[in-house]
Amino acid sequence: MNVIAPITPDSEILHPRGLRVAGHSAAQDSARKQVAGEALYIDDMPEPRDLLHAYIRLSDHAHARIVKLDVSAAAASLGVAAVLTARDVPGVNDVGPAFPGDPIFADGLVEYAGQSVFAVAADSIALARQAAMRAVLEYEPLPPVLTIREALAQQFFVLPSQKMQRGDAAAALAAAPQRLQGRIVVGGQEHFYLEGQIAMAVPGEDHDIKVYSSTQHPTEVQHLVARALAVPDHAVICETRRMGGAFGGKESQASLYAAIAALLAAKTGRPVKLRLDRDDDMKLTGKRHDFEIEWDVGFDATGRITGIAFMLAGNCGMSPDLSGAINDRAMFHSDNAYYLDAVSIVSHRCKTHTVSNTAFRGFGGPQGMVGIEAVMDAIARHLKRDPLQVRRRNFYGKRDRNITPYHMTVEDNVIPEIVAELARTSEYAKRRQEIAAFNAGSPWVKRGLALTPVKFGISFTLTRMNQAGALLHVYTDGSVMLNHGGTEMGQGLFTKVAQVAAEEFGIDLDRVKITATTTEKVPNTSPTAASSGSDLNGKAAQAAARIIRERIAKVIAKQWGVAAGDIVFRDGELRCGPHAMRFSEAAKHTHAARVSLSSTGYYATPKIHYDTKLHQGRPFYYFAYGASVSEVEVDTLTGEYRLRRVDILHDAGASLNPALDLGQIEGGYVQGMGWLTTEELWWDAQGRLRTHAPSTYKIPAVGDVPQDFRVALWKRGRNRENAIYRSKAVGEPPLMHGISAFQALVDAVASCGEGVVQLDAPATPERVLMAIAARRGG
Amino acid sequence: MRETIRFLLSETDCSIAGLPPTMTVLEWLRTEARACGTKEGCAEGDCGACTVVLGEVIDGRLRYRAVNACILFIASLDGRQLLTVEHLRGPDGTLHPVQQALVEQHGSQCGFCTPGFVMSLFALYHAGGGADRQAVQEALAGNLCRCTGYRPIVDAALAACAGPPADRFAANAAAIAARLQALATGEPLGLTHASGKFLVPRSLEQLDGLTQTWPDAVLLAGGTDAALWVTKQYRALPEVIALDRVEGLDTVTEDDSLLRVGASATYEDALAALAWHWPEFARMVRRVGSRQIRNRGTIGGNVANASPIGDTPPALIALGATLVLRAAGERRRIAAEDFFLGYRKTALARGEYLEAIEVPLPAPGQLFAVYKVSKRLEQDISAVCGAFALTLDGGKVASVRIAFGGMAAVPKRAVQTELSLLGQLWTQDSVALAMEALDAELAPISDMRASAAYRKLVARNLLLRFQLETAPLSDAAVRLSEVAA
Repeated sequence: MNVIAPITPDSEILHPRGLRVAGHSAAQDSARKQVAGEALYIDDMPEPRDLLHAYIRLSDHAHARIVKLDVSAAAASLGVAAVLTARDVPGVNDVGPAFPGDPIFADGLVEYAGQSVFAVAADSIALARQAAMRAVLEYEPLPPVLTIREALAQQFFVLPSQKMQRGDAAAALAAAPQRLQGRIVVGGQEHFYLEGQIAMAVPGEDHDIKVYSSTQHPTEVQHLVARALAVPDHAVICETRRMGGAFGGKESQASLYAAIAALLAAKTGRPVKLRLDRDDDMKLTGKRHDFEIEWDVGFDATGRITGIAFMLAGNCGMSPDLSGAINDRAMFHSDNAYYLDAVSIVSHRCKTHTVSNTAFRGFGGPQGMVGIEAVMDAIARHLKRDPLQVRRRNFYGKRDRNITPYHMTVEDNVIPEIVAELARTSEYAKRRQEIAAFNAGSPWVKRGLALTPVKFGISFTLTRMNQAGALLHVYTDGSVMLNHGGTEMGQGLFTKVAQVAAEEFGIDLDRVKITATTTEKVPNTSPTAASSGSDLNGKAAQAAARIIRERIAKVIAKQWGVAAGDIVFRDGELRCGPHAMRFSEAAKHTHAARVSLSSTGYYATPKIHYDTKLHQGRPFYYFAYGASVSEVEVDTLTGEYRLRRVDILHDAGASLNPALDLGQIEGGYVQGMGWLTTEELWWDAQGRLRTHAPSTYKIPAVGDVPQDFRVALWKRGRNRENAIYRSKAVGEPPLMHGISAFQALVDAVASCGEGVVQLDAPATPERVLMAIAARRGG
Repeated sequence: MRETIRFLLSETDCSIAGLPPTMTVLEWLRTEARACGTKEGCAEGDCGACTVVLGEVIDGRLRYRAVNACILFIASLDGRQLLTVEHLRGPDGTLHPVQQALVEQHGSQCGFCTPGFVMSLFALYHAGGGADRQAVQEALAGNLCRCTGYRPIVDAALAACAGPPADRFAANAAAIAARLQALATGEPLGLTHASGKFLVPRSLEQLDGLTQTWPDAVLLAGGTDAALWVTKQYRALPEVIALDRVEGLDTVTEDDSLLRVGASATYEDALAALAWHWPEFARMVRRVGSRQIRNRGTIGGNVANASPIGDTPPALIALGATLVLRAAGERRRIAAEDFFLGYRKTALARGEYLEAIEVPLPAPGQLFAVYKVSKRLEQDISAVCGAFALTLDGGKVASVRIAFGGMAAVPKRAVQTELSLLGQLWTQDSVALAMEALDAELAPISDMRASAAYRKLVARNLLLRFQLETAPLSDAAVRLSEVAA
């Protein structure tokens, strides 16, 4: 049962149109099961008889030829049912989602330390591991390319470089009253979903196979498994009930484990489970792309930008994976909320012999934003102005100064209002003065403050992905079963979409059940990604519900002698004038009248188009906005720091569920803050990741979150586009509020000296201390 | 010896025989008991997803402590009560107050970390009530959540753990305690399995005998480090002697001149005494691992393991602690700084074990601080840990002991730095010279936790921080306010 929080005054304001179920703070549908340990993740499911456990042997080298691979000792090992190498894949030995390059098993060449070389299925994971270690695996090491610098020097790219431009940046820079150049290095980020990658494959009749996969993209898993097995898509079913976190890490990169489990299951005729432990997961799977960003900016005495050129170099790792779209999005967000008058953005998609980097909440956008925010700060330091002043000076306009570098007109700009409101409620100006006074009297401990905006484009930039389907059944007792293409990873999508269906039928939320996402109910779906889950699937579910609602209304209208359009569905009833009938009764009548109570629903996002060659068009249906203020305190003897206070104001439109949206905003901020502060990925000189467990890789813990954490949904928020009930997507945008924490650290470092601050991300205590030392000339 | 592990699984008598003694409780729960509510997130005690609660009788009273099931061996269940997330609902299905609060505050998103949070909160709920934000933070520092940003979980904790415990577990405590005490009688546990032997002596005499019979056995105190040899390195431990049931080995006592910490006293056991004499030491110990780790981990283990980045050895060296080593009933004493011979190499002879740590009580006027510097404040391993003990006479340094962790292959005393300070005025000028000496005598390495350059700079600055804090020229803050709180 879902707990529905009392309707708060807040939600009334958010929903002037009086939504009764949608728009309210229903608890996440699994919450009660989760707190009782009853929510089933794949590893918790009852294990089928004869289940085998799979183990993947990882490459020890970043770049090497495999000169010998003899798995006979592994195959002969106790409890082993099968060993698979590249030669044993009946179909395509590649799970590259958009481009080839991600071998299921390395075929003669390894291109990152940790790459899958072969797999063993045995009666237990321990036996599989022991067997795998008995195989003979010999390499001839090759020189690896490990850094963006090396890749740039060798022009070593996974995909061709791209250029986006509007106006003449070079001319504008040459003519600029003032000019600055700079460079910032932005580190990657491990997803650290608490549930590691896992899949279980169960073979059936006719070479069919059912794969339970912890994936954001069941359709892609289905298609890639079918391709690897050389069977039609219809032979493979992929099912996902819930993930224990994903954050983009299970968008394309769940496929490998599903494919290996399926291959082993097909080979042995037995069910196979493949679960990565934490260390293997962190070595095997891609992360957020690290970037090097160079910028050259011209501006006037007020700090307004007159021309700017960016060079973005993203570390894609050893294969393209989703890097094309990710680097595109870094370009799309190199403006953040600022109008760039004459702009050129060059993007290099660097190849290195490291794990193939992948989707991660924000999908390249955060890296682009970190770049422009560093530019804003540099201009402000150079002009000795408050960075907020410079930021405001450059905000997009409403009627002019509103064209993006990709030639899309910003029609829904609310950033000036949001920032004005947040600056007021957070007492930015007063605290700015207090901090200056504090710092003047405090030689060892320094404080910093920063307000940064977020403008984030909503839609998949690959236009064809912006579609969704739903399947909805009403049973004759009036209960509803709903299925859609979206997956649940904790964000509350199932709850939000169920709220939509309940709203449309005017019934209680607990009358709607959402079942596991499966490719056999809704086919050819897009991944649950790009913040699009509730926009797309909410609309698809709404479409399905409206089809059935109209059918019911028609049947009942005939009985009552009224117009179908006059029947209102509300509070579990159909009403029209003096007539009233329970929804469940109406369902029975509709069935008796031999009218279908089942329908699919379909939605395709309108208005969007994009020319990927010219980098022009309207890639986004709309933008999500928000802003945050972070205040930090820095120990200038050690570089350690604490967040003192954080204020966030975020536009979720007319929120579908304020409590769940708040959860996304708070969690997004903390994840973004972690990315830019303590989360440091560290490779050794041989290209081996040495931070592959929580003992060495530090995501934020409870004490890293400020006690004074003031987060609010923007009450005036309303999507001007016709998104589901005028809400806005909220999955990714809040992550970029974490940039204010980073900029606050920059501000604190700035107080230790003069001029532009050089601080790279993640701003670990070490980087902060070294930046301070450089500034103090020590 | 007894070949069967006997414990209470919630309220059910449970026994285990014939399984590898170093099977983890997490694996046992998930594969043998088929109770899958408890999750594996890291298998190294760093994420808390596997948190369970152990009920133990301490001073005649039942106490609940949160521990990491992923690094707890099943043999350690003997004589204890094991509670997992599945046990908290009432018989009628009602959620426990901590579960209910998490639902109401929207404290679970993906839900995978949630069972661990529930159990940490359950332990906090039973810690006596009145949990404030500080208490909540300490209780939850070992539970990682990647979704929520923690705020709703903290709010749930504050809401549910404000008052004294009033659940059915509190009502049953006396009965459970009696059943556990009954389990603690009879023969000591001694498991023999193809994978290895696991011996659980009850007295020092038994321990003396076993360490002589099995001189190469792994001595296991809390196992918060040694368990990782099994879960991460897949090593077999052919002979294990557990220390956590040896009567008298876990006592913390003091006389007029010294504090004596038994080798199997956990961090949490030792905390109150440390806080009384050296608040700075206690403050640092509260940052060792997490509550789950400190509930099992011991200062003795931290010393005997001889990790170069152990958090307590620098403080013990600076405080002039003596280690009591024992073999076959014979004792010898050794200064803490002489115990560490090389990387993970100690002065312990074969068959010898650490019995206790003796720390001289502070002389009047002793100035002491220990500073841990890490990437993350909570549940992190030091990049550098510096400890400083000093007495002044007429403004001049009369005695000084300085030791560092993370700066060499062993916890290291900075002798040259001490010499450069002795007899000098305790001023920033003297410290500036001492910082040069420190630079010359320590040669740390670069690794994933920090570069050598950063470690050297921080080590110098920690000495300066100590001077600034102990001889302040103004009331300007030297440390971050929240950390200093």
